[in-house]
Amino acid sequence: MIKTAMVGLGKMGLSHLSILRAHPDLDVVAGCDATAYLTDILSKHAGLKCYADFDDMLRSETLDALVVATPSKLHAPMVQAALERGLDVFCEKPFVLDVADGERLIELARSSSRVTQVGYHYRFVGAFKEAARLVKSGALGDVHHVRAEAYGPVVLRKRGSTWRSAKSEGGGALYDYACHAIDLVNFVFATPSAVSGVVRHAVFSRDVDDEIYSTLHFDNGASGQLSVNWSDESFRKMSTKISVWGTNGRVTADRQECQLYLREPHPALPGVDKGWTVRYTTDLSDEVWFYLRGEEYSAQVDYFAQSVKERRLDGENSFARALDADRVVAQLLDDASGNAVFAGREPRQASRPGLWSRLFG
Amino acid sequence: MSQPALPGAAPAAMDRVLFGDNQFFGVNHMSEEKARAQSMRFQDLGAIIEVLDAAYQEGIRTFMCTSHDRVAEICDHFRKHRDKYPDYRFYPCMPYAHKYANAVTEHGMIEALRMFLPQEGAVAAMLKGGMALANKDIEAIMQLLIDAEMKMFHDLRTPVVFMQNVITDLLLGLRMHECFRIFHDHVRARYGAEPGYITMNVPRLLDALDALGIENPVVCANINKIGFRMCGGVVAYEDAIAHRRFRPVAMSVFASGAIPPREALDYVCRQPRIEAVVFGASGRANIRQTKALIDELSVSR
Repeated sequence: MIKTAMVGLGKMGLSHLSILRAHPDLDVVAGCDATAYLTDILSKHAGLKCYADFDDMLRSETLDALVVATPSKLHAPMVQAALERGLDVFCEKPFVLDVADGERLIELARSSSRVTQVGYHYRFVGAFKEAARLVKSGALGDVHHVRAEAYGPVVLRKRGSTWRSAKSEGGGALYDYACHAIDLVNFVFATPSAVSGVVRHAVFSRDVDDEIYSTLHFDNGASGQLSVNWSDESFRKMSTKISVWGTNGRVTADRQECQLYLREPHPALPGVDKGWTVRYTTDLSDEVWFYLRGEEYSAQVDYFAQSVKERRLDGENSFARALDADRVVAQLLDDASGNAVFAGREPRQASRPGLWSRLFG
Repeated sequence: MSQPALPGAAPAAMDRVLFGDNQFFGVNHMSEEKARAQSMRFQDLGAIIEVLDAAYQEGIRTFMCTSHDRVAEICDHFRKHRDKYPDYRFYPCMPYAHKYANAVTEHGMIEALRMFLPQEGAVAAMLKGGMALANKDIEAIMQLLIDAEMKMFHDLRTPVVFMQNVITDLLLGLRMHECFRIFHDHVRARYGAEPGYITMNVPRLLDALDALGIENPVVCANINKIGFRMCGGVVAYEDAIAHRRFRPVAMSVFASGAIPPREALDYVCRQPRIEAVVFGASGRANIRQTKALIDELSVSR
C-alpha cells in the first residue's frame, strides 16, 4: 500500500480524496486543510485523520506520496517540501505560477528519482487520447493549424470572492481554463514556440481575466488559435474542444466524441476510409475501477499509483510536461502585459468558498 | 405530504418502465451539439409537457427527474391537471448539484445553506448564530436539505426518492456511509417513500449498504451490454443482479445510443431481477417503440 496524504480539501481535493480512498493500492493516512469545518466533518464522519498545518502533517506522518490540491500559489512550496522528504507527488494544475520554480522542482524530483504528475485530466479522456493518436500517426499530412477552445459558466456577474478571483493566488480563466486548453494542444499536437496577438480581458471580474484569445506559433510553421471564456452561461459546464487541420484532413475532439475527416485513406490508419469517421466516448473510454464525475479523474489517479509502484519517472503529465503549459502561460502574460483590460468596478464582496462550490463549482 | 409514513409496510412495486429527464436539460453523453439542440427545444415548458403526455399515453406514468428548478414548473402542471393524470407519480433524484454550486459560488456556503433551508428552526438559528459547522449535526442538516429538495414535489405522489450518483459516489469514496443511513431513514419516515441510490459503482455500494443493514435497497445504475460506466465490470454486475438482494433499476441501457434498441433491451430483460428500466426520449415514435420493446421482451421471459 502506498501511504498517501492529501493537502487541500477544496473543490478538486474532495473529489480526489473520494477517488484516492477508493483505490486498492493507496492508503490515505491523512488529509490537511486550514478550513476547520471541513476537516471536522471529515474526521468525524469519514474517519480521516486531519491536520490544519501542512508542515505538522509532513513531520508527523510516515508517507510515500502526497497529493496537492491547494490554491495554485501554494503548489511550489508544498511540492518542494514533499520532494525534500522523498515523497512522490501528484499536484493539481496549473503546476506552478513561476516557471523558475518549476525548473527547480523538476531538477529536485529528477535528482531524487521521484514520481511526479500534474492533474491535467483531459489527457485521460478517451476522445482526446484518440485525437492525439490520430494526429501523431501522421495521417492528417502536414498539420498547418490548431484550434483549442474552452468555454463555461464560472464567472457570470461582477463579484469576486474566492482565491480563483485573485490574480496573485493563481486565479482567473488563464490558470483555471486556458492552461487545460494549452495542455491539450501540447498533448494532441505540439508545444507552441511563440504566441502573439494575446487578448486577456475581464468580462465581469475585477482582478483577473475572464477571456483569453491568442495566436499560437509552432516550429513547423503551423499556426494555432486559443479561445477561452469562462463567462459564457450558454454552457452547462466546462466544455473543451480541440481541432487540428492538416493537408490530408482534420480532427475535432471534445469530451464526448472524436471526429476525423480524411481526404484520402492513409497507411498509418489501416482500415479507416476517406471521409468522416466518428468515435464516441462509449467506445473510447476504458473502464475504471471507481467512477466519480468522469472516468478521467479515476484514470489519472490510477496512473499515478501505477507509476509509484513501477517507479515510472517520465510518465504522462509529469512535472516536465506540465511545465510546458506553464511556459506558454508565461508567454501569454508577457505578450499581453500592458494590454490587459479589466472591467468590473464594483467593490468585492467577501464570502467563503463553500462545500458545494468546492464539489461542483 | 401526500403519503403518510407506513413503517413496516411492504415496499411498493415500481412500474416496469420509467421516464427519465436528461433530454430536457441538455444532458447528452454522446454529443454536445445534440445536447445543445435539446436544450433549445425544451426551453419551452410546453415542449416538455408534450413529450411527457406522449409517454403517458403510451402507458408510462412515472417520471424520474432531478430536482432541477424547471422541474418545479413541471410539478405545477401536474398538480393543476391532476384529473388528467390520476395515477401519475414522480421519482425525485436529488440534488441537482449545479443549483447548489451556483448559489454557493454567488453567496458563499453559509448564505447558500440559509437560502435552501427553512427560515425557522434550530438549524437556522444555529447558522444565524454563526456557530461553526463543525458541531453541526450532519443529520439535521441533511434532513433539512432533503426537505428543501422535496418541496417542489408537494402534494404529488413520490413513492421512491433517489440520491443522485454524484453524491452517492462521492460519499461512497469518502466513506461517509452513515449519510446513506440518514437519507434512508428520513425518506422513509418523513415521506413514506422508498429510498433509492443512483450509482456508477454497484458492487461497492451494495457492500456499504449491506454493512449499514439497509436491506433490499432500490439501486439505479447503468446496466448495458457493453459495460459502459459499470465499475467493477459487466460480469460483477450480472453476478450482483443474480445473487445479491437489491432492487435494480437499469439506466443508460442503450449506452447513449451505442447499442441498437432491441439488442440493448434484450440484454436487460434477460436479467429477470431487474425491476425497472428508465429511459429518456424526445419523440413519440421513439417512446412508443421503446415501451413496446420492453413490454414484449419482458413478457416473453
